Amino acid sequence: MRSLAEAELSLSEKVDFKQLLESAAKGNLRSIGRLLTLMENPYRLPPEVFDGIARMAGKAHIIGVTGIPGAGKSTLISKLITEFRRRGNRVAVVAIDPSSPLSGGALLGDRLRMQEKAEDPGVFIRSVSTRGLRGGLSLAALSMVEVLDALGYDKVIIETVGVGQAETDIMNAVHTVVVVTMPGVGDDIQALKAGVMEIGNIYVLNKSDLPGAQEAFEYISFALSKGELGQRTGDWSPRLIRASAVMGSGVEDVANVIDEHISYLRSNGLAYEKVAARRLTLVRLMAERMIADSVERALQVKINDLKERVARAEGILEISAELADAACKLMSSTKPK
Amino acid sequence: MASMSSLQYTEERPFKVIVAKLGLDGHDRGAKVIARALKDAGFEVVYTGIRQTPEQVARAAIEEDADVIGVSILSGAHIHHVRLLMEKLSEMGGSDIPVVVGGTIPIVDVDELKRLGVRDVFLPGESLGRIVDVVRKLAEEKRRAELSGG
Repeated sequence: MRSLAEAELSLSEKVDFKQLLESAAKGNLRSIGRLLTLMENPYRLPPEVFDGIARMAGKAHIIGVTGIPGAGKSTLISKLITEFRRRGNRVAVVAIDPSSPLSGGALLGDRLRMQEKAEDPGVFIRSVSTRGLRGGLSLAALSMVEVLDALGYDKVIIETVGVGQAETDIMNAVHTVVVVTMPGVGDDIQALKAGVMEIGNIYVLNKSDLPGAQEAFEYISFALSKGELGQRTGDWSPRLIRASAVMGSGVEDVANVIDEHISYLRSNGLAYEKVAARRLTLVRLMAERMIADSVERALQVKINDLKERVARAEGILEISAELADAACKLMSSTKPK
Repeated sequence: MASMSSLQYTEERPFKVIVAKLGLDGHDRGAKVIARALKDAGFEVVYTGIRQTPEQVARAAIEEDADVIGVSILSGAHIHHVRLLMEKLSEMGGSDIPVVVGGTIPIVDVDELKRLGVRDVFLPGESLGRIVDVVRKLAEEKRRAELSGG
């Protein structure tokens, strides 16, 4: 019997996409769940299926929520789900948690904190693990966003941990970036460091009922203020909001500013640009993934010959170039029809 | 159509398991030990937390496209809750997702749980090794059934 991994490569060939899409569009949760699974490896889909889905998408408001572990992202999202439901929006969440670099397994615990509206038909929550993929995480997450957008969810929220490359890819491809932080995680110098304090449209100082909240609020306000030589572009100045998601305070303010931000983008013709940026990111990530796979294949063919030579540092650069060359040949010999 | 046959060294999709506590039962040490063992064995584990309704657990399994549902119950209400869970799963078109149950289950209730459709029951003292093996076997069966159009 073929191994399951091998057999699953042909998974998308066994699927009746027309039927699956129709059923998902009618709100069948099982079909939506299956469709999202197929988005984990979107480059294996029939190309016309991916285009078909993406052409139905483009209307949703995509919101990225990021910040350090423990800042309260999942709890805040849970409260935002309730608030957006109250405003009549359908809400979908893609929650990303890390995989173990040792076992490849993962404990996906974000859903646990989002059970407030778990029985509401207007809410859909999907957990995704990082799987140590080269760019694969953002590729899977952004492909899932296309599906959820196409299915008519008004708000699609992506939750990520940290500010690595994958998160940057995702945050560049959403409409609104919400950065969640909390008191007690660093002083004014931490707040001034490059990175996370530069990517957000909205900052939430969560757990603002804890000691040190006022100090933290001031540090962050200063870090967010436009310096004389600042690089921030556009008319939207990042906003800082105090909240305590567990207590429910400030959540309505956060939802208001999120809605204000998409109105700003839409009335300035910037919302479409974000969709275009997302598609471009998808294309780049898919191409990278295809190349990476060819490199892996080429490497598997020669690994026994190479291992010793590389270990003895005999021609690391030459071997890399040969590998790249072999990968390109493999790619051009197996182009899709 | 062009499925990309060149992509054959991608990592396989890990099995996804829901670990859930059903009903008014806050004792989750056991569920967390199981969740951790499954994670260490390479599974993607979605832990849904304590005091879940059968509908919440079924919804989680369907939305996550889970391969197996593991339910932990220490309240004594296992027959009642599991019956409702199986009904909800079937309503949502998820009868093919195998369910296993563990906890303080009296041995005389095992047959009844199996009649309700539970694939395996883990009693107090069960080894983590066997639990992981059973879950892996059920997950693989489910994936193979999907591929053969089941």
